[in-house]
Amino acid sequence: MAALPQLLIGIGAISAVTTVLAIIMVIADATIANYGEVTVKINDDKEVTVTGGRPLLSSLMEEKIFIPSACGGRGSCGLCKVKLTSDVGDYLPTELPWISDEERTQNIRLSCQLKVKKDIAIQIPEELFNVKEYVTEVADVIDLTYDIKQVMLRLVEPKDIKYKAGQYIQFQVPEYELTSESVYRAYSMSSQPSRNNEVELEIRLVPNGICTTYVFEHLKVGDQVTINGPYGDFHLRDTEVRALFIAGGSGMAPIKSMLYDMLEKGINRECIYFFGARSARDLFLVKEMRELEKKLPNFTFVPALSQPLPEDDWKGETGLITEVLDRHVKSGENTEAYLCGSPGMIDASVAVLTKKGIPEEKIFYDKFA
Amino acid sequence: MSQGIAFYAIFFAAIFTNNILLTNYLGMCSFLAVSREVATSVGLGSAVIFVMTTTSVLNWLAYYFILVPLGLVYLRYIVFIVIIAAFVQLIEMVIERISDKLYTSLGIFLPLITVNCAILGASLFMIIRNYTFINSLFYGMGSGIGWALAIVAMAGIRQKMARSRVPRGLAGAGITLIIAGIMALAFMGFSGMIKIT
Repeated sequence: MAALPQLLIGIGAISAVTTVLAIIMVIADATIANYGEVTVKINDDKEVTVTGGRPLLSSLMEEKIFIPSACGGRGSCGLCKVKLTSDVGDYLPTELPWISDEERTQNIRLSCQLKVKKDIAIQIPEELFNVKEYVTEVADVIDLTYDIKQVMLRLVEPKDIKYKAGQYIQFQVPEYELTSESVYRAYSMSSQPSRNNEVELEIRLVPNGICTTYVFEHLKVGDQVTINGPYGDFHLRDTEVRALFIAGGSGMAPIKSMLYDMLEKGINRECIYFFGARSARDLFLVKEMRELEKKLPNFTFVPALSQPLPEDDWKGETGLITEVLDRHVKSGENTEAYLCGSPGMIDASVAVLTKKGIPEEKIFYDKFA
Repeated sequence: MSQGIAFYAIFFAAIFTNNILLTNYLGMCSFLAVSREVATSVGLGSAVIFVMTTTSVLNWLAYYFILVPLGLVYLRYIVFIVIIAAFVQLIEMVIERISDKLYTSLGIFLPLITVNCAILGASLFMIIRNYTFINSLFYGMGSGIGWALAIVAMAGIRQKMARSRVPRGLAGAGITLIIAGIMALAFMGFSGMIKIT
């Protein structure tokens, strides 16, 4: 029977120790870690009040202001950069890998790492105010090629979206075998802005890609998908000069959006669309583009295959997209270029275009990172 | 209690001959993860020195003034862990409040340390070896310094190694563990210099 008091002393002691520590923590949390309400001033006009002591990214998200971020605030993507116009102290070691020297001089910080402890002022692009979170439902999944799927999402709440052709949204991948937490991946919309109650994406399978594997192996019609957006400044500029569109693979998406947008708005400027693929099985939407050629008299579609197979019986352009560009573009005068594709393809094409005399400020691109 | 050993002997033994990382292989996870750059490993190292010293002292007090009188020695694991976790959290809050500079150099590493087994290891060793209060203080500090020394040395080596071509299968943790092993062998050169335990 001597064991019982001993046991009670044990339980009592451990309860007492943990209770005392818990009380100390609660008091500390309410005093030391309590920064009260702080205000974040955005672009000198809008002010939001948030609870102090929390990361800027999540505080803004609660106020329905979405800063682009792909990793969900772990400091591993380096996307959620924000320009600070008030002093907030030194850079954290967790920010430094993502901040260039030039960004340092402009006081650009990583908003997921920066905790808001006092009133601060920030500057973000106006367009981010339009960014919202949308609950959607998968309406349709079509195979465009053996490794590219077209996914149509019907907006559920809110019911419509406003964006510029060429912009992108972030697709939220829920937890599944490849990821233990939900992550975001960016995809351009291939639908045009007039179809404002749905969003169409073109997703290419990346081996072991977290989002692409999810889309290819798990996503079914009727599933719910959360997206947020729109983001990006890749959109057609309002000019009269000739436009060159250059894309490869799922880089088709934003260009398709722009072309249909032009068609609907009656913009009939001279434009050529160079689409690079390896062989005929990598080509898609060719019929749609040929139809666009009829409806837009000044539009030309130039698909090019770099390695046509004998059975393709290919009569069109062959060679790398850079070689095709070099042959077709005689001079870069009065020309703008819009590129979307892999970083390697974009860098190589930009080099050709600048050699042809297109100034860099007239070359717009969307790199798959 | 072993009164015989002078505190300075324990202090130097903890740094060199009985280095908690290289002879006991404790605190490996953060050692592998945060040893890519010298600057960050210095930050983590100093955080470990601070936390190990203070928690050794706190745990010594809790052990000899609460657990031993009540005959609850068997509860030491859980009590030590709770004390370490609460203390580290508290210190992090304080540092974040009072100094941005200290927080950026030291504070962000504190959450990593809460679950560092070397911290708990130091507290348990001091009990097993029957250290006095002063001895525990210097043992904690020495172990912390020893750990910091090892991680800074490792970071120096890894920084130098950044551009060398490591076979693919060994890149990352593999080669780091091999280096840690060789470092441990090198530290064996100190053994026999001071005899404790």
